[in-house]
Amino acid sequence: MAPGAWWEEPVHPLERAWVGIAALVAVVFFSAMMLVWHALGQQNVRGRAYRVDPKAYQTEVERFVQQYRVGEEAGQPVVAPPPGSDVYMLAQRFRFYPILRLKAGERYVLHVASIDYLHGFSITQPHVWNLQLYPGYEWVIPFTPREPGTFHMACNDFCGVGHEMMLGKIVVER
Amino acid sequence: MAQSAEARTCPVTGFRVHRAAEDLVKANAVAAVVALLLGGLAAIVVLFTRWMGAFPPETFYQYLALHAWNLLIFWIIFFEIALLHFAGSIMLNTRPASPTAGWLAFALMVLGALMVERAILTNPLNHLSFQPYPPLRGTPDFYLGTILFAGGALLGVGVFFATVHRAYREGTHTGPLPLVVFGAFVAAVLAVATLLVGALVFVPAFLWSAGILPELNPFLWKVAYWGFGHPSQQINLAATITVWYLLSQLTVGGRTPSEKVSRAAFVLYLVAINLGSAHHLQTEPSGALSVGWKWINTGYLMHLAVLGSMIHAFAVPGSVEVGQRLRGYSRGLFDWLVRGPWHNPAFSSLVLSVALFGFLGGTTGVIAGTEQLNMKWHNTTAIMGHFHGVVVAGTTLAFMGITWYVLPLIFRRRVVGERWARWQPWLFGIGVGLLVLAFLQLGVRYGLPRKQPDIFRFRGLPLAFQWPTEVYALLTVAGIGGLLALVGGALFVALVVATVLFGKRLTDDELRREYAVPAAAGNPGRSAKELPAVPGTFVLCLVFAAFFVLVYLGNYWNLSRAWPIGG
Ligand code: HEM
Ligand SMILES: [Cu+2]
Repeated sequence: MAPGAWWEEPVHPLERAWVGIAALVAVVFFSAMMLVWHALGQQNVRGRAYRVDPKAYQTEVERFVQQYRVGEEAGQPVVAPPPGSDVYMLAQRFRFYPILRLKAGERYVLHVASIDYLHGFSITQPHVWNLQLYPGYEWVIPFTPREPGTFHMACNDFCGVGHEMMLGKIVVER
Repeated sequence: MAQSAEARTCPVTGFRVHRAAEDLVKANAVAAVVALLLGGLAAIVVLFTRWMGAFPPETFYQYLALHAWNLLIFWIIFFEIALLHFAGSIMLNTRPASPTAGWLAFALMVLGALMVERAILTNPLNHLSFQPYPPLRGTPDFYLGTILFAGGALLGVGVFFATVHRAYREGTHTGPLPLVVFGAFVAAVLAVATLLVGALVFVPAFLWSAGILPELNPFLWKVAYWGFGHPSQQINLAATITVWYLLSQLTVGGRTPSEKVSRAAFVLYLVAINLGSAHHLQTEPSGALSVGWKWINTGYLMHLAVLGSMIHAFAVPGSVEVGQRLRGYSRGLFDWLVRGPWHNPAFSSLVLSVALFGFLGGTTGVIAGTEQLNMKWHNTTAIMGHFHGVVVAGTTLAFMGITWYVLPLIFRRRVVGERWARWQPWLFGIGVGLLVLAFLQLGVRYGLPRKQPDIFRFRGLPLAFQWPTEVYALLTVAGIGGLLALVGGALFVALVVATVLFGKRLTDDELRREYAVPAAAGNPGRSAKELPAVPGTFVLCLVFAAFFVLVYLGNYWNLSRAWPIGG
């Protein structure tokens, strides 16, 4: 066979069929699914984000805490904002502040930001979903806690030695 | 051809092997195995911490850093540089363009690696593995070590290009590159692009940690970091597939059903891959990264590379099937597979590596990289499940497989304990497979966080909580799988070290007799029209596609039950 002649050689029909199937699955189906879910799905990473000064954000969260505070647990305020309202959370080495108490089936608008390092906003037990936090970015994203229960949070983006102590909690009531 | 002090002709493959190339392959391979050993030792602490909280949480991050740097970076990249010396010089029958530059590259890499090890061992600030995002800040020597290592690797890649050029100039090779060298070439091009982007992140990080730059923007840094981190894994992918093609030639005289299609699939990596980085950035604040950009980047552009991989998913097993059918194993659909040379650990490694990489590593990578699905995966143990499927069950096992040929053909020693070697791929492959399956389930289903050394007690804090009992059961599966993998890894290192130090030296006659490869490696010169069809591979690929689509849709179903968000 002459060198380079493989370029002119025919491709076996079975392999041609496979390339066709693979192209359909990978390029058409997978890419389309992402768009379909934006149109029809209820879980999308779609919100707004602003650059925010950590100090200003901290003040905002403090105002929110004072307004809706209903108690205290584990040295943290427990905050019960009304359904439909904006709720705030602050991530910092090594805590999620404050503890939220929400109503099942109601829509809230979550504001969350880190004031120091990157952190992982993870509602893990029972597992709901995870978001990435950056210092100096405030995420604003609506969500609906669907079922009642106690939901535990654990930071899941390494933020320094001590990361394993960064816990939080959201209580969802009927 | 005559044997001289400068070069010899390999009695098995017919390649012209230059001493200079052989020595560089040996040095890089030895460094790789040393790193494998160190990273494996660190894995013991990492595994037992996650499995049963056996070590105090503070020690975990240090061992995790040692594990991650030694294995993902040092083991794999030293091995890849060895591979480039092999593909560039030996497979093209030419002397390395500059052995001096090759050795300088090696020295820089060793120096850089030692600096990183020292930095991790001496300062807790450097307990950083692969999410080292500012404002987390290591010490300057940590970043300098990575820069020296990368600079050395870049120089090694440069030697490869110069050697390929030399082969053409001196006429030791004419015509297109053999497929294996072509794959290595693609990996090398990806490496150049990647290492240059790497400089964009690690040089500023170094300047910042040295106090010369006042601050780094964490967001831009992370985006740039994955512009480097993502294609760096693409290099490993290209190198792994290259080794698969090589193994199929060496073990069964395999040949891709279509040179044209295989090469086009490699080219898809070049076209598409540097753009797939956004799949590491799927849950970022969406005011900062627009949904449209994410979709273009991880939708079409990433999936073009996925298409490349799915084509190799046909062509690699197809290559084995062609070889086996030509050798006469042509009954039915799967005779070629069932009656493969299973006594040869390189063959078992090849089959296990392809299967585990495809079913566990590949599918999960696409799923985790899908915008919405990532919300269930991001930073959970499922991510580790995914990349252990890719770089451990896939790349590491493939590199282990080719080592069974490096030992007799390059070191020219008879492999010590061949009977044990037969078991090695199974221990390692099944072990990693169990580890991966358990970590996937723990992450997606139970949201178990990655890099979390104290999930049993959370330091006794008031907000500490308990996991459901299934989590403990799955952790036991992961632990047992991890142990099997550790034993398999230890067996590999032990046999390799024993062979290099004490293996019986092989004469040309013995090599020819005991390590004969089924057909001359390289292009057997047959036209594709004379090759047998590969119906068995086609059926296997259909099963794979069905599995892939089902698991993908299953993940959307799982997500659909989570709290609504973003609407
Ligand atoms: C021999 C068996 C192995 C076992 C039992 C093992 C186990 C583990 C475990 C338990 C973790 C901890 C993850 C966490 O808590 O987040 C981990 C992390 C990791 N492993 Fe392995 N591993 C093995 C081999 C390898 C190999 C061969 C490689 C690379 C080729 C590798 C690359 C990594 C990387 C990159 C990380 C994560 C570092 C990070 O989170 O940034 N592992 N491994
Ligand atoms: Cu954290």
